[in-house]
Amino acid sequence: MRLEPKPTRPVGILLLYPAAAIAATLVFASLLVLAAGASPFSVFYLVAKGAAGSQFALLETLTRATPLIFTGLAVAVAFRARLWNIGAEAQLYIGAVVTVVLGTGLLPWPSFFLLPVIAFCAMIAGAALLAGPALLKTRFGVDEVVTTLLLNFIVLLFVSMLLEGPLKDPTGLGWPQSQKLIDAARLPRIIQGKRLHYGFVLALISALAIWVVMKKTTLGYEMRAVGHNPEAARFAGIPVNGVLMKTALLSGGLAALAGFSEVSGLKGNLTLDLSPGFGYSGIVVAMLAMLNPLGVVFAAIFVAGIFVGADAMSRSAGVPSYIADVMVATALLTMVTALLFSRYRLRWR
Amino acid sequence: MTATEPVLRLQNITKRFGPLTANDSITFDLKRGEVIALLGENGAGKTTLMNILFGHYVADEGTVEVFGRPLPPGEPRAALEAGIGMVHQHFTLADNLTVLENIALGTQPLWRPRLDRVAAAARIQAMARDFGLEVHPGATVSALSVGERQRVEILKALYRDARILILDEPTAVLTPSETEALFRTLKLMVAKGLSIIFISHKLAEVMAVSDRVLVLRAGRLSGERETATTDRHELAALMVGQEVAQPTVEAVQPGRPLLELAGVSTARRGSGSALDGVSLTLRAGEITGLAGVSGNGQAALAALIAGTERPTSGSIHIDRHNPADWSPRAALASGIGRIPEDRHAVGSIGDMSVTENVVSERYRSQRFSRYGFLDWGAARRFAEQIITDYDVKCPSPDARIRLLSGGNMQKLILGRVLDSDPKVILANQPTRGLDVGAVAYVHGRLLEARRRGAAILLISEDLEEVLALSDRVVVMSKGRLSAPSARGERSVRELGALMAGHGAEAA
Repeated sequence: MRLEPKPTRPVGILLLYPAAAIAATLVFASLLVLAAGASPFSVFYLVAKGAAGSQFALLETLTRATPLIFTGLAVAVAFRARLWNIGAEAQLYIGAVVTVVLGTGLLPWPSFFLLPVIAFCAMIAGAALLAGPALLKTRFGVDEVVTTLLLNFIVLLFVSMLLEGPLKDPTGLGWPQSQKLIDAARLPRIIQGKRLHYGFVLALISALAIWVVMKKTTLGYEMRAVGHNPEAARFAGIPVNGVLMKTALLSGGLAALAGFSEVSGLKGNLTLDLSPGFGYSGIVVAMLAMLNPLGVVFAAIFVAGIFVGADAMSRSAGVPSYIADVMVATALLTMVTALLFSRYRLRWR
Repeated sequence: MTATEPVLRLQNITKRFGPLTANDSITFDLKRGEVIALLGENGAGKTTLMNILFGHYVADEGTVEVFGRPLPPGEPRAALEAGIGMVHQHFTLADNLTVLENIALGTQPLWRPRLDRVAAAARIQAMARDFGLEVHPGATVSALSVGERQRVEILKALYRDARILILDEPTAVLTPSETEALFRTLKLMVAKGLSIIFISHKLAEVMAVSDRVLVLRAGRLSGERETATTDRHELAALMVGQEVAQPTVEAVQPGRPLLELAGVSTARRGSGSALDGVSLTLRAGEITGLAGVSGNGQAALAALIAGTERPTSGSIHIDRHNPADWSPRAALASGIGRIPEDRHAVGSIGDMSVTENVVSERYRSQRFSRYGFLDWGAARRFAEQIITDYDVKCPSPDARIRLLSGGNMQKLILGRVLDSDPKVILANQPTRGLDVGAVAYVHGRLLEARRRGAAILLISEDLEEVLALSDRVVVMSKGRLSAPSARGERSVRELGALMAGHGAEAA
């Protein structure tokens, strides 16, 4: 068997394939649900209900989607230029650290001034964290997959050290957690009394801004050119290393915003369980979105919905919420496969 | 079987790709010990036909018979077992394995713990001796030159007892001397009773190597001639459907020097020679042809002028101005237009659109961007203008440039380069792999730029092309340049001696 490129790609087909991918995901997940001794239909119903079945569920999904939009954008931007940033997790935590350092009383400014300053400084820190691996890549050819991945562990241990030492909350009964942010450093809630905060709005604005950058600006053009063919880009006079550096700064900054948004909008302080792997899930989100910044928003909501829905489902159906991990992973695989088949046809013989 | 009985018979082969008919009812025989040349422009259907024969594609209609037996369609393995060997235009070798391993790959069962290297090496060396295909079996493929890799490909086919050998554009990647060696090998093979199908669009080679010529045009067999009874003009006419005019180069008085290199050396990179104290002056209205055997520093000189390579010593002046820093952007800014050697890997970004590709060198200019925002409307109009002006056949400016044929891609690159009226034009292998019509077009455009007053450096491995177009010729050998000779001053034999590195004096 082999793959032949399809001469044309009608729009209908492009929509049909993702639908088929989701169907395949559900079929595969059904097998596992059956193995767990539950009815697939009721489980899927409960997942859907838990993700979007009520105002509470929907807001919870959007809250969970917020950091995923940031990390998804960070990964999408970097991967577009073939800068393999696997370190969004580390950049997220650095953003969170900066938020805590600046937001616990160090800067006694009013909210409208303090929040942008904190967000900006968090971005600078995240950008600086990815600038290192990018510099090593462009100067010495060090593989950024390795450096960014390993930085995740280094940064997590660093944060752990901070939470046991200088950033430890003296009133925290010995728990490794930071002090609470002052009120001026908190992102307000969108609806009073609900968890959804203005970090979500910031995420939507970021997605739109990144879309504009990629589509309409010379920088976006340079990033795509470098990603598709660095040699041709260099020949055409595009400063490849400089573009990779700018990409790294943008990507690191976006991932750091996830940390800022989670601490300032949701948690109010920093703990080691701030992110259940948002940095890694960002890769899934970016891939599901085919690296399209607006697609990232939908992919993030989809992935968040499955996680939130599966949590709710597991409480009532008794099926472990790990099914969410399986579904997200399967969705990624089937989506990638579907993408392949929307471009190529399989020929037996 | 008798000598006259065909070893291969194709009947009414038809293959369609959507609305395109790539092969239209093609019928021919191949006899034992015969070399057939399959001649045609790019896109005429030569490669499709051979892919059907080798089982990569399944024909919509028609049959293939090998040694009197029908060949099951769509099975490369059946084709291999029937004794058909194919040497592709793009090699299919594993770079990190040795010659021996590449040749033996797939011929032995996988569960055999190790292959019998001694026996295999002996067999390879015997074949290499018989057919003049010297190559060391223990060498790693990545260390071999292009010519040597091709020999490995041929040995691979012979090792599998191929009786019919298909060579797809084998000379496209070879130097003139390597080409001659290949032709000697083919003669030896034919003497041993092998049959050969030689795919090409170069008339001179077809005349030199074949017994019979089949000409394809737009998927149809437009003519079949005994090589002895035809000539190049007739074949060219069959190929393109009309007589091809040789370029006429009218005399132009050369003007002021536009590019001056003085004692330029570069750092060594890769396998080719670096520049070693090269001095060269390109004048307005003059085409300087650079001849030489591949790997003698042409790549370094091209990279230097294109801006991708910095000189380690010596100076560059463009129109008497010495740029402070040297980079592709500096080269473009000083008015150098660059036609790169490899239009797929360097000249274009395959997955980006035609529009995005035509602005790649000028997207930062006032014309196409403002405050960091691109003006896609202007870019698209520019693409449309080039498509019209340069007669590029492409579905739309939004099509990915990958989908364009080699000739159309080259026209697009030509448009990108020439539209800004560059002072200096670097044309590196501008017609490699192009069909006759596209070659004439590229030549015409270069001559037009020359009339306009551009200084052109034409680098080509096709000596005929260099001699036909150039006002003066320089020869490069081991990173050094010969003194220039005016048109017709040195004979081909003298140039050949310079190319081989005899008597090359730094100019």
